[in-house]
Amino acid sequence: MAVKTTYNFDEMLSSAREAYGEELLSMADAGEDFVFCFSDNVAPSTAAGKMVAKYPDRCFNFGIAEPNEVGASAGLALSGLTVFSQVFGPFLPLRAADQIHTDIAYNDVKVRLIGTHSGVTAAGGPTHNDIADLALYRAIPNLTVCVPADAGQCKKIIRKSMDYDGPMIIRIDRAGSPNVYADDSYEYEIGKAIETVAGDDVTIISTGSNIYECMMASKALAEEGISAGVIDMHTIKPLDTEAIIKYSRKTGAVVTVEDHSINGGLGGAVAEVLCEAGFSGKFKRIGMPDEFSVLGSPDEIYHYYGMDRDGIAKTIKGMLK
Amino acid sequence: MSSNIDMKRVVELEDKCLKIRKDLLNFIYRIGMGHLGGELSIVEVCVALYYEYMNWDSKDVKMKDRDRFILSKGHCSETLYTIFQDMGLYTIDYMVEHFETLDTAQFGMHSNRKYVPAIEVSAGSLGHGLPIAVGEALGARYKKAPWRTIVMVGDGEFDEGTNWEALMAGGHHQLGNLVAILDKNSVQMTGPTKEVMNIEPVKEKVEAFGWNCIEIEDGNDMLQVLEALDKIPTCDPVKRQKPTFIISNTVKGKGVDFMENNYKWHGGGIAKEQLDEALADVEKNRMVR
Repeated sequence: MAVKTTYNFDEMLSSAREAYGEELLSMADAGEDFVFCFSDNVAPSTAAGKMVAKYPDRCFNFGIAEPNEVGASAGLALSGLTVFSQVFGPFLPLRAADQIHTDIAYNDVKVRLIGTHSGVTAAGGPTHNDIADLALYRAIPNLTVCVPADAGQCKKIIRKSMDYDGPMIIRIDRAGSPNVYADDSYEYEIGKAIETVAGDDVTIISTGSNIYECMMASKALAEEGISAGVIDMHTIKPLDTEAIIKYSRKTGAVVTVEDHSINGGLGGAVAEVLCEAGFSGKFKRIGMPDEFSVLGSPDEIYHYYGMDRDGIAKTIKGMLK
Repeated sequence: MSSNIDMKRVVELEDKCLKIRKDLLNFIYRIGMGHLGGELSIVEVCVALYYEYMNWDSKDVKMKDRDRFILSKGHCSETLYTIFQDMGLYTIDYMVEHFETLDTAQFGMHSNRKYVPAIEVSAGSLGHGLPIAVGEALGARYKKAPWRTIVMVGDGEFDEGTNWEALMAGGHHQLGNLVAILDKNSVQMTGPTKEVMNIEPVKEKVEAFGWNCIEIEDGNDMLQVLEALDKIPTCDPVKRQKPTFIISNTVKGKGVDFMENNYKWHGGGIAKEQLDEALADVEKNRMVR
């Protein structure tokens, strides 16, 4: 059965970036044993910053040196510890790609790399856009990649990761995204997609905070008689291929929405699954086109590239004509 | 310093180095590939670490609180495999039978910690060992565990910027339980290090990064290697003090006349006639006390 969602709460902003720190702090308070590595962008005022102040012996600052931080995180894990390691946006995948590949994935260590400021949410232009990470992560064996839809789901992922084997990436947007889920009563399983909104005419598959815009697009489309389902693909790897095939066959039309390049990310992954499954329906990827982004706020950029509710609804109406 | 060192033990370890060199040459001859230049330059330091210095047991390679040795220059793993077989973990026949044989492989040009449990870190990509060692040393501090983390870095891979990030972090966090050993054989893949990318002055640089530096004039002289290891401060996981950096000046291809200081012996296999000559050379060139 579909989960309880929050539609009309544009004001109810929460922050997955804040949530990961809150959950780590809460786990530390509860006596869970782990360490936290971070780079020079965890402000003292944030929840993560408060944990650093409260538990200095288990928190390690690596400054602005991402490859060293990721390598040292692997070393900490090899010494028998569970490691959470936070890095800012594109500088995790782009600077530390070799360390993610070799030190984390190949060495198979219990490190949870937390990439904050995903996609274009950092603002600041293409140097600060994290739009190629999923393409990289998808091609590296032995990585689990989770993208929380909202703050509550982020906490679930952090908590679940304590008992999850192997390396993980947790991809978090900057801040201030609406809650998707009304409460945390729903069952969350890494690798198992959630049917956030049921629909019959088209299936929107999305990930992260873009889920909310997909829900709003679905709501607008409903008023025009179009039933658009929304699938929360919160785990990019391992990908829930069964869910992709099931919900695609149900509607015969699929749209993917992601704050990532349309090349190599969620859209590419879904296309591969559908093609190999013999899907012959309609298909469209929405995301960052193959160009360096225009400059603006995240919301302006989403609007410009048709990634907001209006753009998603427009694309769907066009493809269902 | 040498007064503390038992010369009888030095000679025993030198005998061991000779055996390791011969076994290594035979092993590389049989598998047809290796990095003999660098594998021969690190023999004395590796033998001193595994047979004398480290708290490490070949019968219990995952022993709690064992010292951790990370070979950052992972292309020289055959030296470690050769030491492990000498310690009884494998035979050369077994290693040859399982060397890069697809799904039955256990040994590879670059070591994998899952396949060879005595290996601490799967390595191969250069410039990775020192950051990982910083993490292991921080982990020991957090756990208040008594082990030392010892990482060996090549002077070619010292070009990689991650080494310098890790040197900064090791000095910043004052990891007194961390030891980095630079195998300074002064030759990298395509020529002399000072011509390819000059890393000098290493001592001044690492000292400026907050490390205590010990230099071994001849890192292929067992007595000098043991004297240097003796100078490493006592390991205290909690005490904040300078990490130790050892510059070990060695000879690439040490012991084999036609390989010594020759960049062309960085990587590759060895023919039967070359093997015979090399075996005779290492016997002839062993140090006489």
